[in-house]
Amino acid sequence: MLKTTKLTAAVLALALAGPLAAQEGAPKSGGTLNVVIQPEPPSLMLGLVQNGPTQMVGGDIYESLLRYDFNLKPEGQLAESWEISEDGKTYTFKLREGVVFHDGEPFTSEDVEFSMDKFLRESHSRMRTYMEHVESIETPDDHTVVFNLKQPFGPFIGIFEPGTAPMIPKHIYEGTDFANNEANNTPIGTGPFKFDKWEKGSFIHLVKNEDYYMEGKPYVDEVYYHVIPDAASRAVAYETGKVDVLPGGSVENFDVARIQAMDNTCITDKGWEYFGPLSWMWVNNDNKPLDDVKVRKAIMHAVDRQFAKDALWNGLGKIATGPLSSSTRFYDGDTPDISYDPEKAKALLEESSYDGETIRILGLPYGETWQRWAEAVKQNLSEIGMKTEIVPSDVAGWNQKVADRDYDLAFSYLYQYGDPALGVSRTYMGDNAAPGSPWNNVANYQNPETDRLFAEAALMASPEERKAAYKEIQDKIVEDVPNIWLLELGFPTIYRCDIKNPVNTAFGVNDGFRDVWIDR
Amino acid sequence: MMSFWKRFSYNRGAVIGLVILTFVIVAAVLAPILFPQSPWKMVQRPFLPPFTQDGLLLGTDALGRDVLAGLAHGAYVSLLVGLVSTIVALAIGVPVGAAAGYFAGRIDDALMRFTEFFQTIPSFALAIVLLAIFQPSLTFVIIAISIVSWPPVARLVRGEVLSLRTREFVEAASLSGLGNLQIITRHILPNALPPIIVLASLMVAQAILLESSLSFLGLGDPNIMSWGYMIGAARTVIRTAWWLSFLPGMAILLTVLALNLIGEGLNDALNPRLTRKSE
Repeated sequence: MLKTTKLTAAVLALALAGPLAAQEGAPKSGGTLNVVIQPEPPSLMLGLVQNGPTQMVGGDIYESLLRYDFNLKPEGQLAESWEISEDGKTYTFKLREGVVFHDGEPFTSEDVEFSMDKFLRESHSRMRTYMEHVESIETPDDHTVVFNLKQPFGPFIGIFEPGTAPMIPKHIYEGTDFANNEANNTPIGTGPFKFDKWEKGSFIHLVKNEDYYMEGKPYVDEVYYHVIPDAASRAVAYETGKVDVLPGGSVENFDVARIQAMDNTCITDKGWEYFGPLSWMWVNNDNKPLDDVKVRKAIMHAVDRQFAKDALWNGLGKIATGPLSSSTRFYDGDTPDISYDPEKAKALLEESSYDGETIRILGLPYGETWQRWAEAVKQNLSEIGMKTEIVPSDVAGWNQKVADRDYDLAFSYLYQYGDPALGVSRTYMGDNAAPGSPWNNVANYQNPETDRLFAEAALMASPEERKAAYKEIQDKIVEDVPNIWLLELGFPTIYRCDIKNPVNTAFGVNDGFRDVWIDR
Repeated sequence: MMSFWKRFSYNRGAVIGLVILTFVIVAAVLAPILFPQSPWKMVQRPFLPPFTQDGLLLGTDALGRDVLAGLAHGAYVSLLVGLVSTIVALAIGVPVGAAAGYFAGRIDDALMRFTEFFQTIPSFALAIVLLAIFQPSLTFVIIAISIVSWPPVARLVRGEVLSLRTREFVEAASLSGLGNLQIITRHILPNALPPIIVLASLMVAQAILLESSLSFLGLGDPNIMSWGYMIGAARTVIRTAWWLSFLPGMAILLTVLALNLIGEGLNDALNPRLTRKSE
């Protein structure tokens, strides 16, 4: 028997228009959407560059086979329906018919095969590791693609989003040097908006794709992404009406409350479920006295995360309970207690091997909020009797210090990509701890048992088995406290309330403004 | 001595300056007694406005830290940086200037070209570069400020020494067989002292301003509460909590103003020839 997931176009349209539209009447067409982009992207070619701002603009131009709702449940985008075989090794996608690229060429299964097998395998490092699980790709006809996997790989269904698997036109790129193709400056995709103009340092202009395959969509005529390098100026740009949407992270947290209080202003912290940004302090497990689990536990209980959430993050986000964000698949909230408890922290520190050493705290050089956070943690730790000092640093210095393991505690946050096999295991796997990268197992956490479980869980076919394995992993890791987990960050998207549907998938504003309309 | 005080207090601004500075010094000295807790301690909810809570006269900052405690502890840091870096700058500038002025000729040329090398680089930019190279800690902040502020001292001392070295009393000392070092330290420098003292008082003010500017830019020692840090940390919330930038800003303004007024008073007192006739 095959597990099938089918969504007809009608159901899809209804589901996406959502309850909002039902209440407020039919969407209106027309208008201009003004959005802040920060920082200016290095390129818009999503197959080559995948940083935040490129994804934000690229998500309007490029599309993938699927998109994901707030619970990371897949919905059809370029694929109309899809099937996963019982053994978890064969994925069959039926593509939507009548889809054309912005230059008028039809989009077919050939493009899917080219994008996944050639382009992205060559130029997208994250994709390359995912594609190692793929044995072969078949294209029986123009609108069917079959992926044959070497072994079951549960996270595979979660990779078909524009930032991971953008569909790239084969007729433009085949046989060329991908990175130096001139077409990279005028990106061509299947998305709801077409590239028009990029005034470097000022704005990026996209126009409506008149030939878009969804009837009536997109609703707005054009999108301007405004490049405004200073956080205070971005806040002012919203206040003066120059822009209508402030994506997460574009203004300082301290400004959010003030802007939120303006008329006709809405705020949402949804749209980050796929990324699941989780912040923590790396703990250098090699350094004395941090190699002592009691010292690490003492730090964990000493840090007042509720205070940080309220005072620094406007109450947005959630207090982390362990290595997984609560929006990531197989999250388990029932892990050992790591709540704020200074008395317990003092007692643990007393029993531990801590002997008055100065612990260095390396803050994240990403603006005021992070600086204040390091100061608050320093104070928390000094209150349980730990000596600490803050090590100042710029972005390059932070990267280097963390990569060289020249730190005791270092603030960071990473994306989880919806599945622990994609975004969590890299942080805790013992064989991923070589110095030189600030993004791998920086703490040098070594636990053969969780290593084994991580490796097995990634390749299990049934979700139930995976859930059980990840439950065990979470319990064990929280017991060892290799890192000090802080908050699931809440990055608020601020927008005028008459801009409808700016955030309606787990990717938020990165997923293209296909369903956005302006009620003016 | 009496005439010195008389001339100094003749300048009313200088007296006001002295009063303000005394107040700042007292605040700095008493800070550890009045506010025994760390100024970093989060004592109340954040953004408490001034004069709303007993015991927290000036309210709290973005993390709920006592602003008044921060100002008092910051006074100590500002004065420490101002004094120490001025002393270090004098220790470099006076010998260089004295040697250049006294020996003249090639030595003068060499030392003055070296001094000009520092003078051609804008001092604030040089301080930023120095701190970007070193770790920003209090010691390096002081070193950086000293390095950028000694050239004017060297220039001034050179000029004074040049005009003094041809005087009769110097020639007399030379004829009586004193060595160069003794002539410079015993006979020339004491007579060049008044303008150096005036300059030094202005340099303290300059150093406090420099330290504040560096801390404002996030190049100060992140483990030390200083006025510049307080303004830098508060600037993102200036529209919701303006007093958090205003109060330490006033502290800097008053202290620097006081030092400048005192400098003027010292100038009047030490250089009677220059005293304005109208007063």
